[in-house]
Amino acid sequence: MTLGNFVSNMSQRDPSRRGFLRASLAASGGFLLSLSLPFPSPESEAASAESFEPNAFIRIGGDGQIVLTMPYVEMGQGTYTSIPMLIAEELEVGLNQIRLEHAPPNEKVYMNPLLGVQATGNSNAIRGAWQPLRKAGATARAMLIAAAAKRWNVDPSSCRAENGEVRHQASGRSLGYGALAPDAARMQVPEAVTLKNPADFKLIGTPAKRLDTPAKINGTAVYGIDVRPLGVKIATLAQSPVFGGRVKRVDDTAAKAINGVRQIVQLDDAVAVVADHMGAAKKGLGALKIEWDDGPHASLSTSDIARELEGATTKPGAVAQSIGDADKAMAGAATKVEAIYQAPFLAHATMEPMNCTVHFRKDECEIWIGSQAVARVQAMAAKAAGLPPEKVIVHNHLIGGGFGRRLEADGAVRAVEIAKQVDGPVKVVWTREEDVQHDAYRPYWFDRISAGLDEQGKPIAWNHRFAGSSVIARWLPPGFANGLDPDSTEGAIDLVYDLPNFHVEYARVEPPGITTGFWRSVGPSHNVFVTESFIDELAVAAKQDAVAYRRMLLDKSPRAKAVLDLAAEKAGWGRDLPKGSGRGVSLQFVFGSYMAQVAEVEVSKEGAVRVRRVVCAMDCGTVVNPNTVEAQIQSGINFGVTATLYGEITLKNGRVEQGNFDTYQMLRMNEAPAIEVHVVRSMEPPGGMGETGTSAIVPAIANAVYAATGKRLRKMPIDSALLKQA
Amino acid sequence: MAFEITINEGRHSIDVDGDTPLLWVLRDVLGMTGTKFGCGMALCGACTVHINGDAVRSCITSIDSIGDSKVTTIEAVGKTPAGQKIQTAWLDLEVPQCGYCQSGQIMSAAALLASNPHPTESDIDDAMSGNICRCGTYVRIREAIKQAAQSGG
Repeated sequence: MTLGNFVSNMSQRDPSRRGFLRASLAASGGFLLSLSLPFPSPESEAASAESFEPNAFIRIGGDGQIVLTMPYVEMGQGTYTSIPMLIAEELEVGLNQIRLEHAPPNEKVYMNPLLGVQATGNSNAIRGAWQPLRKAGATARAMLIAAAAKRWNVDPSSCRAENGEVRHQASGRSLGYGALAPDAARMQVPEAVTLKNPADFKLIGTPAKRLDTPAKINGTAVYGIDVRPLGVKIATLAQSPVFGGRVKRVDDTAAKAINGVRQIVQLDDAVAVVADHMGAAKKGLGALKIEWDDGPHASLSTSDIARELEGATTKPGAVAQSIGDADKAMAGAATKVEAIYQAPFLAHATMEPMNCTVHFRKDECEIWIGSQAVARVQAMAAKAAGLPPEKVIVHNHLIGGGFGRRLEADGAVRAVEIAKQVDGPVKVVWTREEDVQHDAYRPYWFDRISAGLDEQGKPIAWNHRFAGSSVIARWLPPGFANGLDPDSTEGAIDLVYDLPNFHVEYARVEPPGITTGFWRSVGPSHNVFVTESFIDELAVAAKQDAVAYRRMLLDKSPRAKAVLDLAAEKAGWGRDLPKGSGRGVSLQFVFGSYMAQVAEVEVSKEGAVRVRRVVCAMDCGTVVNPNTVEAQIQSGINFGVTATLYGEITLKNGRVEQGNFDTYQMLRMNEAPAIEVHVVRSMEPPGGMGETGTSAIVPAIANAVYAATGKRLRKMPIDSALLKQA
Repeated sequence: MAFEITINEGRHSIDVDGDTPLLWVLRDVLGMTGTKFGCGMALCGACTVHINGDAVRSCITSIDSIGDSKVTTIEAVGKTPAGQKIQTAWLDLEVPQCGYCQSGQIMSAAALLASNPHPTESDIDDAMSGNICRCGTYVRIREAIKQAAQSGG
């Protein structure tokens, strides 16, 4: 089971039940449909299945304007456009008739839908909303038709909805949704509604312009970092450079003397400078003399962590998957292949550095932030503020990059701790260095993997054991049980290939003092690198072509075979390339979508790798907005290219060695590959696509480097020294 | 001390230390938040503005270095012919994702187009490689610059 399915199961009130939806008269006199969308929800897990906690609202006003309020957050993935498309489709209105209200809603009429749970991550927005939102749209349509039919005293089946109005064919009468809204609100919610046949879709599957673009090109879009409550001061901070360290002594004489510096706030493990503007705050921070007590992790280095993980892979772990008898089959194999893989800690490095604005008052706390998980922010900020959650008001904003970083609430907690000592609102902005050095990192992974091949080179045994941190165990504790969680193993236990004797074990090992977090493509970010590199190794051992070898194992997975064939064909697989260049392939089924990629790389004599071209074929089920899908795949691929070429957070003497973009490098325009995206037409339910591009590109590049140089890269990121020609 | 500077054709008097970066004057003193903070070391380009038409990183441009020069920010770049073409292409091709870096991308691209109406691939690389996009919108940025260059003029 994938993480996405798991969280849905945990929180989902079956959307086929009537109970997921209620109709009422809106305070403004319109028609209000309240719905409860499936949402990852550790806090509400205990909530009774009988209770109805709406977290999305569709309001049809007297003017016919439709307003949607929903829990998913826009962070660049186009959700603010594709989600309204689902409702517009079933409700028979144009996309321009739907307005999205910025989360969180603050009108009293909505109670506080944020108290449900909210997290946008794991490519779950469209997957979670696909059925319920269409059903809500269809329900509203049926009730509007019923209202019109009652008013005209005709059979509802003789009426139909079109372009925001209900028409009675026989008499030629019609009424707009606005005029019908109050009556519709009083109609019985139908037991069952019929969803449109995909063949009749007018919006879904057509490219739609994103509604958030205009504000993002003229400087008017407001991100968390842009808020300016009246009288706001700006603060920046230094947190203990060693995780778990504390402030011993601070000399703030020089800092206080700087023009514009207002106050120095000392916390247990951090110091903040509060000033009139960030320029003064940064200057003040530079002038502070802080003596730290480094604590127990003062000598920690990455190699210590890798060694501990390696040790864990020599002992049995929790069995995540076991099919057939891998040990027995291995004993009888003609050839045995073994390998060790490693993947590093990674920071998110969102372009908008971590920030949070807080106004702490005696019995209330107001927060301005861009978050993927607002309810988590509210809960954790309330704890830090010593207030009940309902006294913490959270205003959510556009997110300048999430990638999992903004599923965490540590930034809000810090800001509250500082704001408690400040009179008036304070915006806490992290420097880039703080952002990179105090992240919740993608875990370091250590993998031991082996396979047995028969005489023809076909894999008859597969044994994979890996060790690393479980993000779920911290973030969603009920999700970690019997030594396993659904994220760490996704992409390792559910391969597309026909592998008759297949055994996978996972050992949870937490790195001392280091917080790990979800990072774009989560578990598969590591598992697909390992399994797709290793399949390539098996093809080499079997002396077979990498695409043909994979194909041979795909008889039970036609959708996987189709994307593999498409990518190979479009990439010109098998055609000659100049010396020093190579093609590599990868294939995966994660986040509910099938994807194959072919990467073309060029390796210089000095060992520098340049990714020239990437061809991607995807079957993500029904495509809601093709424009967004293409953009997300391009994005995911470049995110993965960055990780493959540069991504690595290392520790020395307990300190993160990387700081700004000079030491934690990002892919730039002059290095970015040409990317071709080919989407397979499908009527299957939508799969996720925000993260799939990232996990698939890493092994595709590593395999391409092998094709170009004959050198197998089993540790990320690429070490050019290994590829340098003597 | 007080500095008089011209931003988007308006005169502003600002009382800050002379070494204060223009970025923070724009964002925190004047409330013009379209210009973004990304690194503070001229490594990412999120803070790019125009000074007398040239793309510069406002995070390392001290306020006392500006003098009589004319500062243009994302809020007003649409009033220049190149800026308008770039914004139109950006909208047309739906370049932004999270959008945070796009003010800087647009400022760099507009400066490129103003000085070089028909940039080659390598001109685009040279002008745009100082601007990081973590969402990886590079494919569309490149297409949009080419489209803007072809849109007359």
